[in-house]
Amino acid sequence: MDTLALEAKATGQEKKSSAPRPRPKPPKKAKRIVYFEVEIVDAKTKEKLLLLDKVEPTSTILDIKALFHKSNPQWYPARQSLRLDPKGKGLKDEDVLQTLPVGTTASFYFFDLGAQIAWGTVFLSECYGPLLIYLMFYFRLPFIYAPKYDFSSSKHWVVHLACMCHSFHYVKRILETLFIHRISHGTMPLRNIFKNCSYYWCFAAWMAYYINHPLYTPPYYGQQQVKTALIIFLFCQVGNFSINITLRNLKCPGSKVKKIPHPTKNPFTWIFALVSCPNYTYELGSWMGFTVMTQCLPVAFFTIVGFVLMTVWARGKHRNYRKEFRDYPTLRSPILPFIL
Amino acid sequence: MSAPAMGTTKTAHSDVAPKKKRGPGALATAYLVIYNVVMTAGWLVIAVGLVRAYLARGSYHGLYYSIEKPLKFFQTGALLEILHCAVGIVPSSVVLTGFQVLSRVFLTWAVTHSVREVQNEDSVLLFVSAWTITEIIRYSFYTFSLLNHLPYLVKWARYTFFLVLYPMGVTGELLTVYAALPYVQKTGLYSVTLPNKYNFSFDYHTFLILTMVSYIPLFPQLYFHMMRQRKKVLCHVEEYKTE
Repeated sequence: MDTLALEAKATGQEKKSSAPRPRPKPPKKAKRIVYFEVEIVDAKTKEKLLLLDKVEPTSTILDIKALFHKSNPQWYPARQSLRLDPKGKGLKDEDVLQTLPVGTTASFYFFDLGAQIAWGTVFLSECYGPLLIYLMFYFRLPFIYAPKYDFSSSKHWVVHLACMCHSFHYVKRILETLFIHRISHGTMPLRNIFKNCSYYWCFAAWMAYYINHPLYTPPYYGQQQVKTALIIFLFCQVGNFSINITLRNLKCPGSKVKKIPHPTKNPFTWIFALVSCPNYTYELGSWMGFTVMTQCLPVAFFTIVGFVLMTVWARGKHRNYRKEFRDYPTLRSPILPFIL
Repeated sequence: MSAPAMGTTKTAHSDVAPKKKRGPGALATAYLVIYNVVMTAGWLVIAVGLVRAYLARGSYHGLYYSIEKPLKFFQTGALLEILHCAVGIVPSSVVLTGFQVLSRVFLTWAVTHSVREVQNEDSVLLFVSAWTITEIIRYSFYTFSLLNHLPYLVKWARYTFFLVLYPMGVTGELLTVYAALPYVQKTGLYSVTLPNKYNFSFDYHTFLILTMVSYIPLFPQLYFHMMRQRKKVLCHVEEYKTE
């Protein structure tokens, strides 16, 4: 019907539709391609920023962002959020133009997300900081403690053990960031790096100061306490690693299809039966182990704050899972089995 | 900073359209009216107490003792305002309100009450009077707003008096904290030293110094925010803003 009307137009190179209405995918004729017109409007000022004509219907949002970037070089694609509705969600990069509920003249609202930074950069700086900072305190570099203690070594073996555990934890995280994690967003706002790094670095310094202090008091229950805590810590580290591997194997490289994670042959992943985000559960467990191992109040504070943050994230992820998958297992809790 | 706890940030967020006038229900409004009336009355009692004590003694010195109890009671009572925001009957940011109220409560209890030696300082009178006038105006502003009969005078007072009261209060607070420093250092008040079995330490003296330093970035921000609010509210008289 309307395709006949289209064909009735002269050479069929450009099409302006008077009444844009949601249309199903137009059947692709061999010779005639219906080009789209794309208009980009500033979401806040409603000023028309760009008008693109002769846009291929199979172009993706990413292509349009690239075109917009050409004319506005200060807004690279990662910074752009294009929306159908000024208050709606940003369209995904891989959305194809012709599948969107727009007429052949598409209007997108542009929102500047602000300076962006690659997530990998943020994660790595978050982890390298605590690793190095803790070691600075461990080796008792000058100006931290009284001068007579400079470069001295603690006489308590738990302090050496704590250093190994803390360093192991962050080295593991760095390696996971480099080789294992697959994150869906390429970037995050620039201010995140300052926020995240302050959080990790300040807490690391605070903890490290007390654990490596010359007046450090070892745990009350001695070897028993330290050994038990170490076992918990290692167990949870292996657990966390198993979960990260499992999550990586869910996603094929380049694909953005989401899948529900399930328990695998690895016993550490059996917790998936009860928890949506067991990586956070294991992380909490590791830090609780570290707290008991060092019997240090700042470590306890860090664990508590981390727990609160991870619970918020876990609940968000859990909600997303339930929204996306109708058959999402109902037995699962976000972070703590049956509790939270 | 905490001196005239000038207002909720609701007016600050009013430019985040859409103007969803999410007001409280009838019961909540009644409760809030009672709350604000009680608080206005309480701070009036403090104001009257100060004046009477001054007239009786003939000097500004040591007036704190005459209003110590109502000051503690009503300033601590302001903690309820955090609850109001959390529950949603007052459309303000929990974090900002919390910050303002807690800093006031901190000064009342953790500095003035805890360090007896500063109670005779004139700086205490300085911030107490700034708080008193501010709170009387602020709570009457809220009361009238809730009842939808806000006299322009009250609105004007709320958005004008802060110009003097805010710096006055901040000065009083800073001087009081500064006066408390030597006593805190000498007695090790609220401080924990190493070694101890929780491997933790806290130096209240350093903490107070850091608190004073934090006024430097915070005070100008809050002050200029209020000035912007003033311009918005008083120059658009026809735009009726309810709290």
